[in-house]
Amino acid sequence: MEIPMTIDFSKVDQIVQKYEHNASKVILMLQDIQTEFRYIPQEAVTRLSENLRISESQIFHIATFYKAFSLTPRGEHEVRVCLGTACHIRGGKRISDGFERSLNLKAGETTPDAKFTLETVNCLGACALAPLVQVDEENYGKMTIEKIETVLKQYRK
Amino acid sequence: MRLESVTQLEELRNRLLSERDPSKNTIFVCGGTGCLSNGSALVAEAFRDEISAQNIDASVELKMTGCHGFCERGPLVVFRPQGIFYQKVTVKSVPEIVKKTIIEKTHHEQYLYKDPNTKESVTHEADIPFYKHQVRWVLGHNGKIDPTNIDGYILENGYSALSKVLTTMQPDEIIDQIEKSGLRGRGGGGFLTGRKWRTTKKAEGEVRYIICNGDEGDPGAFMDRSIMEGDPHGVIEGMIIGAYAIGSSKGYIYVRMEYPLAVKNLLKAIEDARAYGLLGKNILGTPLSFDIEINRGGGAFVCGESSALMTSIMGKAGEPRAKYIHTSEKGLWDMPTNLNNVETWANVPLIISNGPDWFSSVGTQNSKGTKVFSLVGSVKNVGLVEVPMGLTLREIIFDIGGGIIKDRKFKAVQTGGPSGGCIPEQYLDIPVDFDELSKLGSMMGSGGMIVMDENTCMVDVARYFINFLVDESCGKCTPCREGLRQMLTILTRITKGEGRAEDIKILEDLGDGMIWGSLCALGGSAPNPVLTTIQYFRNEYEAHIEKKQCPAGVCTELISLSINPDACIGCRRCAKVCSVSAIAGENKKPHVIDQKLCIRCRACYEVCPVDAVIIT
Repeated sequence: MEIPMTIDFSKVDQIVQKYEHNASKVILMLQDIQTEFRYIPQEAVTRLSENLRISESQIFHIATFYKAFSLTPRGEHEVRVCLGTACHIRGGKRISDGFERSLNLKAGETTPDAKFTLETVNCLGACALAPLVQVDEENYGKMTIEKIETVLKQYRK
Repeated sequence: MRLESVTQLEELRNRLLSERDPSKNTIFVCGGTGCLSNGSALVAEAFRDEISAQNIDASVELKMTGCHGFCERGPLVVFRPQGIFYQKVTVKSVPEIVKKTIIEKTHHEQYLYKDPNTKESVTHEADIPFYKHQVRWVLGHNGKIDPTNIDGYILENGYSALSKVLTTMQPDEIIDQIEKSGLRGRGGGGFLTGRKWRTTKKAEGEVRYIICNGDEGDPGAFMDRSIMEGDPHGVIEGMIIGAYAIGSSKGYIYVRMEYPLAVKNLLKAIEDARAYGLLGKNILGTPLSFDIEINRGGGAFVCGESSALMTSIMGKAGEPRAKYIHTSEKGLWDMPTNLNNVETWANVPLIISNGPDWFSSVGTQNSKGTKVFSLVGSVKNVGLVEVPMGLTLREIIFDIGGGIIKDRKFKAVQTGGPSGGCIPEQYLDIPVDFDELSKLGSMMGSGGMIVMDENTCMVDVARYFINFLVDESCGKCTPCREGLRQMLTILTRITKGEGRAEDIKILEDLGDGMIWGSLCALGGSAPNPVLTTIQYFRNEYEAHIEKKQCPAGVCTELISLSINPDACIGCRRCAKVCSVSAIAGENKKPHVIDQKLCIRCRACYEVCPVDAVIIT
C-alpha cells in the first residue's frame, strides 16, 4: 500500500461540517479523520485547529491520550492481539510474541511494506474466544501459534 | 408512524400480538460476538436458503438475536415453540436440522447438547445445567428478540414500563420504587441507584443530564456489550424512565470503541424509538421530552471512571477529577448529572413492571436482584451467566461453568477487573454479593469472573494487571502514576528471578500509599491485584524470590522445557512450530530441545499431541 502524497484535506472540512463546528465533538471528528486517512496527519490537526478555533496543542493532547488515534500511518491491515485477562491466562502473550516473530516487528510497529500493523489490545470483549486475534474486522478465536501463518496468509495477497 | 399517546402504544402492542401466530416455527440464531466469530451469520444464511428451498417460508421465521450466553458451544440455534436447543451448528448441518426438526417434527440428535457427566443428550435449553441454575432477567430478551426490530421488543412487553410510569406514576414515586427495590449500581461501585437519582433530582441546575456508561473496559468482562447489542431498547427504556423521574431532557450513551455492533444496534434502536415518538419531544403525547446521543470512546480505560467519562463527552482528554465534587451536583458542563451503568439501566424497566418487592425477593440482605457475570478463563462452559445475588462462587464455577478445563485443579477466581482481586479456593463457598467480595479484598466490579487453574502463576497475574494499569493510568496524580511504575519494576524483577527479600514488603507499602493518595478509583484500587495475591498466594512470591522458581511453570526466565523421550512419538509438530529451530530429531524418533537455543515460548508444549513436552 502506498501512502498518497497529496492528501485531500477538504475531507477535514466536511467532517467539521458534519458536527456543525461544535468543538466539544472534536474526539468524534478525530475518529472520522483516523478512519479517513488511517492516521491523524499533522496537516489535519492544523486544519482542525483553524476550523474549530482551538489550539493545536489541545488537539494533540487528545490525539495522544486516546489509543484510537495514531500520528503515524497504519498498515493496510491491523492485527490486534487481545491481551485481556482471559486471553492472557490462555496464552495471549505467546500469541503476540508469535506474531512479532512472524511479522518481524514489535507490537505497535508497521511492516516496511505498510501491509500490517501489529497492536496488542487490552480486551476486545469477546473473552469466550480466548486467546483472540482480530485482523481488521475479523475475529480469530482460540488462536494457536500453529494458526498464525494461516491467518496472515489470507491478508498477504 | 408516531405514537401520540400511551393508548396508541398499547393498541400497537395488541395489534402485533393479534398478528402473531404462536404456533409458527421460529429459528433463533445467536448473533452474539462469540457465535458470529464462529460463523453464525453464515449459518443463518443457510437456514434462510433452506427455508426458501423447502418452500416453507409461510410457516417458518428466522431471527438473528443477541448473545444467548453459552459462547463455548456456539454457533447456537434454538427452535421455538419446540424449545429445541442446538449447539455447534455448522452450515453443512442446516438442511438436515430443518428436515428433522420442522418436517419430521423430531430433532437432530447429533447437534444436541450432551451432558459431559451423564453422557445423555439434552433437548431443551432450560434443562441444560449451564442454563438451569441461572435466573435470566436482564438477559431475558437476549436470544428471544431481534435487537434491530423495535416491534419485537414491544411484543415482549417492551415500553410497557414506560406506559406505566407515564400514566400512573409521579417522578418521586418512581424514585421511591427504585430505592425500595434495593438496586445498586452494576458498574462496580454498588451505590444505591434510587439515592443517586434523588440527589440528582434535588440538585440545582437549569438542565439535568443522564448518562449510560457503556465503556466496559475491565478486561474479561463483556456483559454490557451483550446487553447493548442484544437488547438496546431495554437500556433506552430504562433511561427514558430515569429521565422522567429525574427531570432530564438529554441523555448520553458512552460506548467503548471496541464495540462497533453495540453502536450500530443502539443507533438503530434510537432511530426507531424516535420514529415511534418514544424519544424526542412530547414522548407519547405527554409533556416529557428526552433524547439520547451516542458517544464513541477513544480507547482509554480510565474513561470508564465517571468524571473522566464526562470530560471525554465534553471533547477533552479523559482525565478524572477529585471525588469531592459530586457528579450528581456538578457533572456534564457543571450541571447535575446522573450516571449509571448499562446493566443498571436495563434493570429499571423490570423493577417498574414487576414492582420493587419482586426485585428484592431475590438476592442477599444488601445486594438485591440478579447479576450478570462473564464467566471466562480456565472454565469448561465459558459464557455469559446471570444468577441471583448470593449464589456461591462454587455454584457459578462448577455447576454452571462445569468445572475447570481438562479437570485441572482450581487455583483462583479473579473478579472486579484490574481493581479487583484474586480469590482462592478456601472462599469458594461464600455467597457472591457486593459486600462479601469486598471483605475478601476483591470487588464485584462490572462482573468479569476469570477462573484460573494450577497452570496460572499468580505473580505473573499481578504483574499482568499492573502492566495493564501502567498503560491505562492517565498520569494526572503521582501516587497512581509513579506507584504503578515502581510496582511493575519490582514485579518484573521477581518474575525474572531477580527478586529481593524486601520486595513483598515494599509492594505492600506502595499499595498502601496508592490507596490513600490517588485521585480516583483507578489508582485507589490499582494495588488490589497485588495485595490479594500476596495475601492468598504469598508462597508463590516466596518461591520466585527465594528459590528462583515459578511453581506454575509460566515465568519464562525461570523455566526450562524438555522432551520426555519415552512419551515422544517423533511427529515433528513441535519442530515445525519452533521459531528458533531449537528442536532436533528424526521422524518417529524422540526429539530433543537445544537448551542454548530455546527461548521458552512454549509453542512446542502447546502443540504436542501426547504431552511429551515437560516444563520444569
